[in-house]
Amino acid sequence: MSFLALTGQILRKDFRIEVRSREGVNTLLFFSTLLVFLFRFAIGSTETQVREAAPGLLWLAFILTGLWGMARTFQVERENDCLEFLRLAPGDLGGLYLGKLIVGCCLMWATELAILAMFGLFFHLDMWPVIGSLIPVLILGTVGFVAIGTLFAAITANLKAREVMLPLLLFPLMVPILLAASRLTDLGLAGDSLWAEAHWLRLLIGFDVVFVVLGYLTFPFVMED
Amino acid sequence: MAHGGTSGISLHVRGLSKAFRGTWALRGLDLDLGPGETLVLFGPNGSGKTTLLKILSTLLRPTRGTGTLGGADLVREREKVRRRIGLLSHGSFLYEDLTPRENLVFGAAMRGGRPADGTIAAAIERVGLEAVADERVQTLSSGMKRRVTLARLLLNTADLWLLDEPYTNLDREATKVLEEVLQEHQEQGGMAVMATHNFLDGFKLATRLGILARGRLILDEPRESMTFPAFQELYTLRAEGGGR
Amino acid sequence: MDRLARILGVGAGVLLAIGLWMGLVQAPPDAVQGDVQRIMYIHVPSILTAYLAFTVVLVASIAYLLRGSRGWDRLAHASAEVGVVFTGITLATGSIWGKPTWGVWWTWDARLTGTAVLFLIYVGYLMLRSVVDDRDRAGRYAAVVGILGFFDIIFTHMAVKWFRTLHQASTLEKGAIDPALYLPLMVNLGAFVTLYIYFLLRRVRLGTLEEAVEAEVLGG
Repeated sequence: MSFLALTGQILRKDFRIEVRSREGVNTLLFFSTLLVFLFRFAIGSTETQVREAAPGLLWLAFILTGLWGMARTFQVERENDCLEFLRLAPGDLGGLYLGKLIVGCCLMWATELAILAMFGLFFHLDMWPVIGSLIPVLILGTVGFVAIGTLFAAITANLKAREVMLPLLLFPLMVPILLAASRLTDLGLAGDSLWAEAHWLRLLIGFDVVFVVLGYLTFPFVMED
Repeated sequence: MAHGGTSGISLHVRGLSKAFRGTWALRGLDLDLGPGETLVLFGPNGSGKTTLLKILSTLLRPTRGTGTLGGADLVREREKVRRRIGLLSHGSFLYEDLTPRENLVFGAAMRGGRPADGTIAAAIERVGLEAVADERVQTLSSGMKRRVTLARLLLNTADLWLLDEPYTNLDREATKVLEEVLQEHQEQGGMAVMATHNFLDGFKLATRLGILARGRLILDEPRESMTFPAFQELYTLRAEGGGR
Repeated sequence: MDRLARILGVGAGVLLAIGLWMGLVQAPPDAVQGDVQRIMYIHVPSILTAYLAFTVVLVASIAYLLRGSRGWDRLAHASAEVGVVFTGITLATGSIWGKPTWGVWWTWDARLTGTAVLFLIYVGYLMLRSVVDDRDRAGRYAAVVGILGFFDIIFTHMAVKWFRTLHQASTLEKGAIDPALYLPLMVNLGAFVTLYIYFLLRRVRLGTLEEAVEAEVLGG
C-alpha cells in the first residue's frame, strides 16, 4: 500500500473514532479549562502581569494538554493490540506516522483555539483583532511539537513507565519551540508584525521541516518488533 | 469468498530461537509445512507457542535461526511475508468505537487494498454477524467480537493462517464456523499453524500434531499416526511430565 | 584492544597532570578575573569533549538503524554515558565559576541553559534504555532519541542565544586569547579527548562482556 493511502486510512479511522467518542476533545477541553483557571490563580491579578505572562502560559498550556493529546493518539491503538495489526500492514509505515501527525495536529489546533478563547474570556485579552497573526504561530509551533510528540508517543506506548517517560523525553526537546513560539505570540498579542523578528519564524519553520522529516524516516524503526 | 492461498507455497523454519532477558522462549525449532497442512500446537503455558506465532507473523525477530514462507525470508523480506499471512491473535485488533463493518473495511485496507464488492457482506454473513454489523463493537459480547476477527481472516487471501487460541470465547456455533472456514482454507491449499489448549477441537482440525515444551518442539507427527487417547497420554507424559 | 586502552588510560592521566599543572600553576592568572578563570581549563575541554561524544552517538545511532549490528549500539550507549558525565562536569564547573563571577550559582545564561538542556536530553536517552527490556528494541528507541536529540540541540542553542545571553563569548571563538593560556587549554583538551576514548573503549568492552555473559547463561 502506498504511504499516502495508509495515511488516508488512518485519518478516516481516527476522525471517525473521535467524532463518535469525543473522548479526546472532551478531555482536552476540560483539562485546558482547569489549567487556565489554575494559571489565573498562580499569577498576579493586575492587567500588566497577566499580559506579560500570557504568551508563555499559553504555550505551557498547549504543551501540557499536548502531552495528553499525544498519548491519546496511541492509546486508541493500544486497546485490543491494534498497534500490532498496524505494524503488520505491508507498505511504508512512514504513512502511519504522517496520519498520526495530522490527527495529532488537528486535535491540538482545536484545543489551542479553545484555550485562546478562554484566555480571552478569563484574562480579558482581546483575541479577535490579533487572531490573524496568532494562527501562523499556532500552526508552526504545533507541527514541531506533534512531529516529535507522535514519535515519542509511539516509542513509549508499549512501555510500563510510559506516563513518566513521555514527558521526560519530550519536554527537553521542546525548549526551542517554547521559546520561539512564546516570543512570536508576544509579538502577535501586541499587534506587531511577526516579521519584526523573522529569525524566530525561520527557526520554527526549520524545526518543523527537520523534525517532520526525521520523524518520517525513523518511525518505521520504532514500529519494528 | 476470497481466501485460501495461491497454491504450492510452503513454510520452512530452521533453528529458530528467541531469547527474552536471559531465558530462551524458543530454542532451535525446525519446522516444515506444506500446502493444505494444518499444524496444531499444544503445550503448557509459557512453552513458546505465542512466541513462535509472533515470529512467523514477523511481529518478532528471532534471536537465531531462519525461516521462509514461499521463499520469502521472515526477517529480511517481511513485506512479502506480511502479504501472505492472516493472524488471529490474543488481542482482537478491533476499534471499540467502530462497527464490525467499519473494522472489517479498515482491516482489509490495512492488508493491502479494497476488497471486492460484497466480500465484506459475505464474510459478515459467513460468521453470523448480520444483526450487529452496524452496531459499535463496544456493545458486542466477547464472543461476537471474536467472530468479527474470524470474518477479517476471510477477507484477504493469505497462504498461512496463524491462529493463537482461536477457540477463546467462541460458542459452539462459532466454533463450527471456524472449523468450516479452516477446512475450506485447507482444501484450497492454504496452511495454518494453530496454538490451543482445546484438545478435542484442535485434534479434529489438525493434519499434524505438535507439542511444544520449554521452547522445544518435542513432537511433530501426522494426525493419522495416532488416536486421540494415545495423543492425550503422550502429551501428559512428555509435556507435563519428564519431557526434559 | 586491551593494551591500547591501557596505554590511552595512562596517557590521559599523564596529559591531565601536565595540563592541570600548566593551567593551575604555570599559566599566569587572568588579568580581570584572577584565579577564578583557571576553571576554564576543565570547563572548556569537558564541554567540547561532550559534544564530541554526542556526535559519536549520532553517527553510531544512524549506523545502528541502518546496519542493525550490536556493535554500533554498544558504541552509541557507551558514548552517551561518557558524554553525560562530561556534560555534568561542565555544568558543575560552570556553576562554580558563576558564583564568584556573576554572584549566583545558576543564571539563565544562554550557553549554560543550552548545556542543561543537552544534559536533560541525554539523561532521558539513558533512562529510556534502562526501561526497555529487549536489548535490540532499547537500541532502536535510543537511536531515534539520539538522532533527534542532536538536531534539537542545534535549535536549542540558537533559541537560547536569542533569548538572552550573558556568557562571555566562547573562549575559542574569541581568538584573541593569550598564548600563555592557550597552550594549557589545548593540552587539557588533548587529555580530555584521550580520557574520553579510554572511557569509551572500556565501556564498549563492558557492554560486549555483558552481552557475552548473557549469551553464556542462555547457552546453546
